[in-house]
Amino acid sequence: MTATVTAPAPTPVRKTGKPKQNREAIFLFLPALLPVLLLSVYPLIRGIALGFTDARAGLNVDTNFIGFENFSKLLHNGLFWDSFRIGIIWTLSVTILQFVAALGLALLLNTTIRFRGVARTIALIPWAMPPVVVAIMWRLLLHPTNGPVNEILQKLHLTDHPINFLGDFSTALPAVIVVGIWVGMPMTTITLLAGLQGIDRSLYEAAAVDGASAWSQFWNITLPQLRTVIVAITSLDLIWNFNSFGLVYVLTAGGPGGKTMLPMLFAYNEAFRYGNFGMAAAMGDVMVVIIIVFLAFYLRNRLRSEA
Amino acid sequence: MRTRPAARFLQYVAVVCYLVFLGFPLLWLISSSLKSPREFAGITPSLLPDHLDFSNYSDAMNEQGLIRGLGNSLQISIATTVLVLIVSLPVAYALARFRTRLRPVTNGWILVSQVFPVILIVIPLFMILRPLHLTNTIPGVVIVYMVWSLPFALWMLQGYVAAVPRELEEAASVDGASRLRTIVSIVMPLLRPGLIATAMFTFISAWNEFFFALVLLQDPELKTLPLVLARFVGAEGQVQFGPLAAASVLATVPSLVFFAFLQRRLTSGLLSGAVKG
Repeated sequence: MTATVTAPAPTPVRKTGKPKQNREAIFLFLPALLPVLLLSVYPLIRGIALGFTDARAGLNVDTNFIGFENFSKLLHNGLFWDSFRIGIIWTLSVTILQFVAALGLALLLNTTIRFRGVARTIALIPWAMPPVVVAIMWRLLLHPTNGPVNEILQKLHLTDHPINFLGDFSTALPAVIVVGIWVGMPMTTITLLAGLQGIDRSLYEAAAVDGASAWSQFWNITLPQLRTVIVAITSLDLIWNFNSFGLVYVLTAGGPGGKTMLPMLFAYNEAFRYGNFGMAAAMGDVMVVIIIVFLAFYLRNRLRSEA
Repeated sequence: MRTRPAARFLQYVAVVCYLVFLGFPLLWLISSSLKSPREFAGITPSLLPDHLDFSNYSDAMNEQGLIRGLGNSLQISIATTVLVLIVSLPVAYALARFRTRLRPVTNGWILVSQVFPVILIVIPLFMILRPLHLTNTIPGVVIVYMVWSLPFALWMLQGYVAAVPRELEEAASVDGASRLRTIVSIVMPLLRPGLIATAMFTFISAWNEFFFALVLLQDPELKTLPLVLARFVGAEGQVQFGPLAAASVLATVPSLVFFAFLQRRLTSGLLSGAVKG
């Protein structure tokens, strides 16, 4: 007790009002702090830790620390690795194809063609729709007997029998990927378009004076100028796609025969169908590690090639 | 730069292809919602319904679960939006105006919250909310939505705050206005477009959200619209496409309307957030 009396907190030295600013800032943070700590920071840490326990659903179940047991079990779980492979195919295909498609559209919307405003509004539609509705809509579109996609393919004689896109082993994953591209295109397009509009026009004028072709302008001006925007949006797309859930859950629920069982769906089933909270958290941990390793590689390579 | 007519023509063709890809699905959904059950049973589907049949909409509205879902979604989305605005405005202001150590911490948290798969978060959330009797309740979902909408709201708002000229505030403070008074009467009015945009985004993300609701709400009375719609699909075989399409259109209307409003601001708002964040 004496210690606290004899050593009073040193009165903060006021240097040009900075400590006061800090205190004011903390005051402004307060209303957000408690909910964020309780419902975001704490669950994150607890979630990571949960992967090292045998936690199960249910009210009065004992939870024990079991070290790496969940992870060694996962190592021998073939279904889990299958789902990972599917997750990586899905993530890379959607991200890359979506980027290429979005870049094309952004370039078009950045030209002087007419009706750009209308086109831009239409291009935003997928973003505005609830994922569940998107899934329902594409189930209608891809329906084997009532869907327009099959109708058109048959009219064009590209196929002689209706294809059950979402129910067939060989077509389910590609079909789901197309829907994934459709959903993510607006965000990527708008971001790239904003980047394009930020490029200094005089660079192109100078290149045109030097007689550079449209292709060489694209390659030597547009792409290098867009680099940071491209790295940012593709990184985000990678993360979002790898973690995506609702769309495929409603489209196929992971079927047929697990052909579209993304890691998130797999972990969800483990947690809320079988009640294995610890095991599901361990899967989540593996997902985090994969994302971080992947991003680290991607960003390091990108940044190095920039230097 | 001049574009040759042939190249220009190809550009238009490409744009039309894109727009068909992006826009046709919604057109088809709307047209499906206006088709009679008899037309659905027909062999060749067509984009334009034989005649406009609004019975799907009345059928959908007569469905008990759907109306309740609509009500629940509306309640949750509005409550989330109000809470997010109240909580995020002071934080966004502090992030844009003060050099505090909380700034890198907050921005780090915004990033981390994007990277982590929600499965890692939802299990502990479930375990935290259950003893508080907040699972299976609307307030429980609202606070979860509030916390998880914050990163994006902060990211957007701090860009808008940074765009308000500092000199205005300095002038007010020279005139003897307190910080709070300055925020309320100088910054807030200038921030209105930013606040509206943030509010719309928060509303849409709460309205569209699926995963947290799926885990946290078991009671059929409390299910949100996306959950109700997803359950309709699950009942395969019995699925009635017409009413389902009609309900889907209804569920899309609020987001579409807000997006139409936001359209113009989308580019600038997102980027200003990106530059500052």
